[in-house]
Amino acid sequence: MRRFSWFNATSLTLGFTFLYLPMLILIVYSFNGGRNVAIWAGFSTKWYGELFRDKAFLDAAWVTLRVGLMSSTLATILGTMAAYVIVRGGRFKGRTVMSGMLYAPIVMPEVITGLSLLLLFIAIGLDRGLVTIVLAHTTFTMCFVSVVVSSRLVTFDQSLEEAALDLGCTPWDAFKSVTLPIIAPAVISGWLLAFTLSLDDLVLASFVSGPSSTTLPIKIFSAVRLGVSPKINALSTIMIAIVAFGVITASLINKRSVTKRLRDEQEAAAS
Amino acid sequence: MAQPSKTPVVFAPWEDETQKPIIQFKNVTKRFGNFTAIDNLSLDIFEREFFALLGPSGCGKTTIMRMLAGFETATEGTILLGGKDISPVPPNKRPVNMMFQSYALFPHLSVWDNIAFGLRRSSMPKDEIGARVDEMLRLTRMEKFAKRKPHQISGGQRQRVALARSLAKAPKLLLLDEPLGALDKKLRHDTQFELMDIQEKTGTTFVIVTHDQEEAMTVASRVAVMDHGKLIQVATPAAIYETPNSVYVADFIGEVNLIEGNAKKAGGDKYEVSWAEGQAALRGSCPREIADGTRVTYAIRPEKVAISADKPKDAANAIQGTVHDIAYLGNISTYHVMLPTGQVIKAQESNTRRLANRHFTWEDKVWLSFTDTAGVILTE
Repeated sequence: MRRFSWFNATSLTLGFTFLYLPMLILIVYSFNGGRNVAIWAGFSTKWYGELFRDKAFLDAAWVTLRVGLMSSTLATILGTMAAYVIVRGGRFKGRTVMSGMLYAPIVMPEVITGLSLLLLFIAIGLDRGLVTIVLAHTTFTMCFVSVVVSSRLVTFDQSLEEAALDLGCTPWDAFKSVTLPIIAPAVISGWLLAFTLSLDDLVLASFVSGPSSTTLPIKIFSAVRLGVSPKINALSTIMIAIVAFGVITASLINKRSVTKRLRDEQEAAAS
Repeated sequence: MAQPSKTPVVFAPWEDETQKPIIQFKNVTKRFGNFTAIDNLSLDIFEREFFALLGPSGCGKTTIMRMLAGFETATEGTILLGGKDISPVPPNKRPVNMMFQSYALFPHLSVWDNIAFGLRRSSMPKDEIGARVDEMLRLTRMEKFAKRKPHQISGGQRQRVALARSLAKAPKLLLLDEPLGALDKKLRHDTQFELMDIQEKTGTTFVIVTHDQEEAMTVASRVAVMDHGKLIQVATPAAIYETPNSVYVADFIGEVNLIEGNAKKAGGDKYEVSWAEGQAALRGSCPREIADGTRVTYAIRPEKVAISADKPKDAANAIQGTVHDIAYLGNISTYHVMLPTGQVIKAQESNTRRLANRHFTWEDKVWLSFTDTAGVILTE
């Protein structure tokens, strides 16, 4: 073990303070009893109660949740399909160009993606609302799912699929009963990533949302412009909790499957 | 067990003209882009054969296997299985199963479920599947590990599960792609005999791909030596070893001394090969007719070369040289004897005596001798 040094302790403290102090202040002040966000007036959970009585916020939360579930599911299906074809499709014409194009939206400025989607929806006469947000988020998160899934597919032994075919599977059956169970952790973490991205997207949603469908980030953003209310603090704390829960769960699932496999292999070697 | 027939039955369907081959390659060519993996190849494989495809990596042996399994299609020519063209049949509809080099066991399924995988996709009733899986587990002695996952068993056990899984559907033809490559030497030897046992018990036709010549010689009824997408020689292991048809085959299988020279007829199938100034010509045989003066290679296996201190009296061939090196391998010793021409000839002796009683040592003058039937004269 390395000896504990003051330099290490200082850098660690500074780094974590820089990252987490703003969030910590936000969480602490969400339990503030007073109306003013900057003056502490005793512990209280009343702003949480207020929040759950505010219909506008609840509606926005409901829209966000539905958009997140639908777009991340759609993005997972499409992203997995795209990754499968790019990795497994063999050498077809234009493969390199296509795989490059698949990942380009990751680095594309969101403003441009949002604007182009808006123009598309206007051109085809699609009314802005829940559907357009779902479509926009699917477009944007699909490539993230593709990246995660294709990195798993690359390390996946292709002879497993050939063995399934050899044993009488149709190509679809082989995918369903061999490939999918093995790449499932990557698909799930792709889904979680897509869901999180959809949950906190502001730019795309503000381009393609309609008056009837306001997502939570839009709602928070517009509310803050009128002045920060302790209610926003409470809402943000809940969102931090949800995201933290998701991330921690995902990493725990991943870590447990790895350690379990290691332990199983050691047992096998010992027996 | 008493055999009713008087003559011992030798398994050699390839010599019987009434036998129909189970697999026929007819002028098959396979190209990947500009690269020709299989070059106009024709080959018959018979039922119940244990057929080995042997060659260095990249010689096309795996491509042949993948074409039989249905993962590759021939660019030209036809492949017949039981008399029918199999090119339009997808892999899942072929009565062929394959054991993969990486074993390709499904990591998310138990040993039992791995073996049942193919049966569940066949028309077999559910209660028979259980019996069949148990039978396969018994055959491969894996009953105790049925509930384990593939990563919970050892490499040798994985190999047996892979074999059980590929045999479960009772295929007409079983393909084995370097099946023992991942096992250590001792386990590999044991498993080779197990494979032969299982092949005999099930009566399945086996086609094995290997780059290990010893393995091919041990298990196979016939061996096909390949190079650059072509078959060089297809024969029994003994024929491949004793009468190779080319320098390539002689050199690829086992150890061999190769001496180049000019052939001259010496009556019957005997020839004399003059190979160096002032040295007696080497006598050997060749089943083919060779014109006088043809450039040939005289091939002689080290174990057929005797080594002695004095010139043997009636040896057909005798050459003098000095011991240059001795490789002691325990059961045998290989003497590297340098001839006056500078060429080194290997001679192998069984160590029937203890090391202390050995006759020859470094720099000794010795005589090498061999009969006129021991060596083969190769024209290619």
